[in-house]
Amino acid sequence: MIPLERKPRIGFFSFTCCEGCQLMFLSCEEELPGILEHIEIVNFREAMTERSEDYEIAFVEGSISRKEEIPKLKRIRDTARVVVAFGACSSTGGINALKNRFPMDELKRLVYGKKSPVDTIPVVPIDSIIPVDVYIHGCPVPEKELLRVLKDLLLGKTPRIPNYPVCTDCKMAGNICVFEKGMGCVGPVTRGGCDAICVSYGCVCWGCRGVVDDPNISAHRGTLRKYGLTEEDILRSFSLYGSGYEKKRPEHKD
Amino acid sequence: MALDMKRRDLNIRIEELTRVEGHGNVVVDVSRGRVKEARFEVVESPRFFEVMLRGRRYDEAQHIMSRICGICAVSHTSASLKAIESAMGMSISRRSTLLRKLAMCGEMIQSHILHIHFLAIPDLVNAGSIIPLIKTHPEIARAGLHVKKIANDICRVVAGRHIHPISLFPGGVVHTPEKDELRNLKRHLQGLFEHLDLTVEFLLDHPFPSYTRPREFISLKMRGEYGIYNGEPFSSMGYPLNTTTYTKRIKEFVVPYSTAKKARSKAGGFMVGALARLNNNVRNLRARAKKALSRLKIKIPSYNPFMNNHAQLVECFHFTEEALCIIDTLLDMELKDEPPAKPRGYGRGIGIVEAPRGILYHEYRINRDGIIEDVNCIIPTAQNQIPIEEDLRGFVETILDRPREEVRWLIEVLVRAYDPCISCSTHMMDVTFV
Ligand code: SF4
Ligand code: SF4
Ligand code: SF4
Repeated sequence: MIPLERKPRIGFFSFTCCEGCQLMFLSCEEELPGILEHIEIVNFREAMTERSEDYEIAFVEGSISRKEEIPKLKRIRDTARVVVAFGACSSTGGINALKNRFPMDELKRLVYGKKSPVDTIPVVPIDSIIPVDVYIHGCPVPEKELLRVLKDLLLGKTPRIPNYPVCTDCKMAGNICVFEKGMGCVGPVTRGGCDAICVSYGCVCWGCRGVVDDPNISAHRGTLRKYGLTEEDILRSFSLYGSGYEKKRPEHKD
Repeated sequence: MALDMKRRDLNIRIEELTRVEGHGNVVVDVSRGRVKEARFEVVESPRFFEVMLRGRRYDEAQHIMSRICGICAVSHTSASLKAIESAMGMSISRRSTLLRKLAMCGEMIQSHILHIHFLAIPDLVNAGSIIPLIKTHPEIARAGLHVKKIANDICRVVAGRHIHPISLFPGGVVHTPEKDELRNLKRHLQGLFEHLDLTVEFLLDHPFPSYTRPREFISLKMRGEYGIYNGEPFSSMGYPLNTTTYTKRIKEFVVPYSTAKKARSKAGGFMVGALARLNNNVRNLRARAKKALSRLKIKIPSYNPFMNNHAQLVECFHFTEEALCIIDTLLDMELKDEPPAKPRGYGRGIGIVEAPRGILYHEYRINRDGIIEDVNCIIPTAQNQIPIEEDLRGFVETILDRPREEVRWLIEVLVRAYDPCISCSTHMMDVTFV
């Protein structure tokens, strides 16, 4: 995707989030020294003092939840050749979008009291504000996928985003389907690529990687009915990460 | 060329402090040799977790609250689970308690090493990050990377991953590690001590600045163990404190320049975190940690905030030994999957644990349908805001003979010693229990 003459310069930027996806990068302990042979990190507030406004690839973590974040995000878009939406917060709104269930005025009143000057707007993923080139989904992003995307970008290839349901991963992992145990799961319509790790570790898929491009919802409804679960249960799971069957996003103009 | 300390005017403003978790600024104003203003401003975007949780089901709470912070996700999950379980009358098995404690040991070590090696040590060798150290000080950089990896593996084996653990669930732990995985972990953990020893040597060769100011320390305390999952809150000032009276004794208040609340005890500002735990619980340290304590020449009680770095290293020894003990106990037990305990009631519940950066408080009100109605949390960095500012005042007045750039740098080193976790600190601002 980007033929590069010099060592590619990469910036990590963080908006409203838990910074877990950046930490995921720092957690590639074995690969880090090798990766650093091939790239130059020029902006990573959490881990380094130096900053530079000259970079080709921007990994953007976090969602947009304050007006003042919008111009900062646009500046990153203007500088970088490739913008990567890094993690659920940035790709779907993530957990942060749970606050959108409440009117902003009520939120501020509930949390800061009447005289709060805090600026908060409904949470949106970054592609509501700027065009995004590459998505790495998940909360947090899987280490494997992060490394694969990074490698593809360095080789000038267009990274592929998985577009099969988590169930495919789940079968490969040899799990017993949780529907058999009477629990609900959004794996059938959630984007795979995570090895269905939540099912392997005793839970269900909560839908953190967002919905696949064309979800087979009617089949999912059938499964639900078969196991006596309601659609409401499933929508509830999806609302955890800001994605639903239909994309309904608040609009922001600056 | 020493500067005249008594007459010095100095305004220092550090925007977006680097090598800390989250977004914060520091402002120090000196006029005629006196610090007039010292502020630690939290500018992180508020995320409204207390509202986000409202109306959600009890078994989603730990999942949501984990996302307050990527570094101390296991601690937030554990405090959340304890609060849910106390509200709903669930008790968990010995196996589940041991697994949760093991995951917490992993998180303590990984968070401390991230701070010591990635965030603090670069200051000691005039580097801006760990990256140049890989070339200039390969041994210490590799030691950090290796210990952090093994610590992450602990959480991976127990909970699936260290950032946002999966299997820690209301009523227990819903995944059982294989004994072979535990044996494998044990082998790797035994190998960590040499890397930690090397770090001790490094800190002895590269001293931090020093500044002493007496203060109150608050942490958990538990009979017979260095409490991080079990225990009751304890103050070094000796006044009575416990889980149910915590919010009576510790008050939070809002300041206009910060999106995080500050906390004050009846005695004033107090410090939480590794140094507080060490001062309050030194007798319960395990053997190798005690040895590290004396090698690092830490005198207890230590009122030097820079020693928080060293206290974290001592704790790395302790939690490695602790993890080894827990693994041995688990290996002697019959380990099998257990269904999580079912709720037996509803109401209000409190969960307190020690996060890497200090004591962490979650309190929920859950209704008859298992839906969360109200939430309050008190986060370590919110509690450390006052001592950070008080130390800034005191410390800066002792270094006014230094050039401006050096003062600025020393201020950063001081704030970093607290290992502030700013993402955490902004998410809870309200105490609305009625
Ligand atoms: S996607 Fe999840 S792990 Fe990543 S920054 Fe957001 S909350 Fe944290
Ligand atoms: S458990 Fe969930 S992800 Fe796995 S096969 Fe069943 S529905 Fe799919
Ligand atoms: S199983 Fe579902 S919730 Fe878990 S990581 Fe995969 S997509 Fe996310």
